Amino acid sequence: MERIPILRMGEFLLVTIQVDMHDKLAMRLQDDLTDRISATSARGVLLDISALDMVDSFIGRMIADIASLSRLMDARVMVVGMQPAVAITLVELGLTLPGVSTALDVERGMQRLSQHVRRP
Amino acid sequence: MASLHGSTLEAIKHNHAQLLVQWVAALEANGATRNIKEQTLSQETRDFLQLLIDVLQADSGNDIVSSDWDEARRFLERLSASRAQLGHDSHQAAYFIFALKRPLFSLLQTHFSDDPARLAEQLWLISELLDTLGMHTIRTFQKTREAVIKRQQEELLELSTPVVKLWDGVLALPLIGTLDSQRSQTVMESLLQRIVDTGSEIAIIDITGVPTVDTLVAQHLLKTVTAIRLMGADCIISGVRPQIAQTIVHLGLDLGTLTTKANLADALKLALKRLGVNLGEQV
Repeated sequence: MERIPILRMGEFLLVTIQVDMHDKLAMRLQDDLTDRISATSARGVLLDISALDMVDSFIGRMIADIASLSRLMDARVMVVGMQPAVAITLVELGLTLPGVSTALDVERGMQRLSQHVRRP
Repeated sequence: MASLHGSTLEAIKHNHAQLLVQWVAALEANGATRNIKEQTLSQETRDFLQLLIDVLQADSGNDIVSSDWDEARRFLERLSASRAQLGHDSHQAAYFIFALKRPLFSLLQTHFSDDPARLAEQLWLISELLDTLGMHTIRTFQKTREAVIKRQQEELLELSTPVVKLWDGVLALPLIGTLDSQRSQTVMESLLQRIVDTGSEIAIIDITGVPTVDTLVAQHLLKTVTAIRLMGADCIISGVRPQIAQTIVHLGLDLGTLTTKANLADALKLALKRLGVNLGEQV
């Protein structure tokens, strides 16, 4: 069964989406991620979507959902590496992801995340 | 369709020189010779009359779409293209043909003065022929003009999106002219692409050159800023002139989520501060 790997890096979790997202995969990712956050009591989640070159409203909402449910479990979500086309699509769909932090790449995202976690 | 009578053609050939003089005179009287050298004009009129006589002699009818008229048509296409480049309007371009009417008519009038029925028939044929040729000139003239306009539009679109690098990690986009949907789309795409390419964390959009900000422009700006934020970079709008600030407030637009600065220098200062660049006391 296909699933998206969730890697642990210190007190953060790293999720890299490398395959085409479809709805089932997205649902499973949500389940897996919440399980992992509670198991590892992670403080932050890095969601790397640089390989994602197409989104629809469902995937857009999934990103927003992951952000809010992670926050409920006291983990900050940082979305990194969004492609221009994806950003434009999300804006046109009206999904502006308020409350989700963003960064250009994983390195900067990690830096920002640790800053946030140190100074809550 | 009935073709021209043999003696009409003879008359035209015979009075060739006189026709040319009258034709050029008519053109000059109507102002259709602006910016054209006298020599070029006489060359053009001579060439075209010769072409016309050649085609009429071949007796190929009045259907100018047929291949016999190829050369005459090509001549007119070249002519209207050159007129378009000289900045003439369609009237002046078409008058090249229509100015030939009067000299031809008066020639026929004297030639067939004793045969009114034939005169009417020949006049009708000539008139119809010249009208078609004139219409063809106008059509190609308009096509040429449209091509020019299209090219200029494309060039304008390309000119309008220069993304410049101000500092390591700081991009600037000086916007000039009105923002419509198509332009703002191009602008947004090229800015976002440059952010990815250069890994810049801060983008400054300078709207000093935007004449007015209405609800649509504000919406485009907000969209661009949101897309930039989604990608993980920050955006600063600079160059908000006093009048523009007033317009925005009067329109009741909510730009609350935007960072705005009065000029580009202030925006650059803020960007450098955010990046942690220290330039000493001056900054």
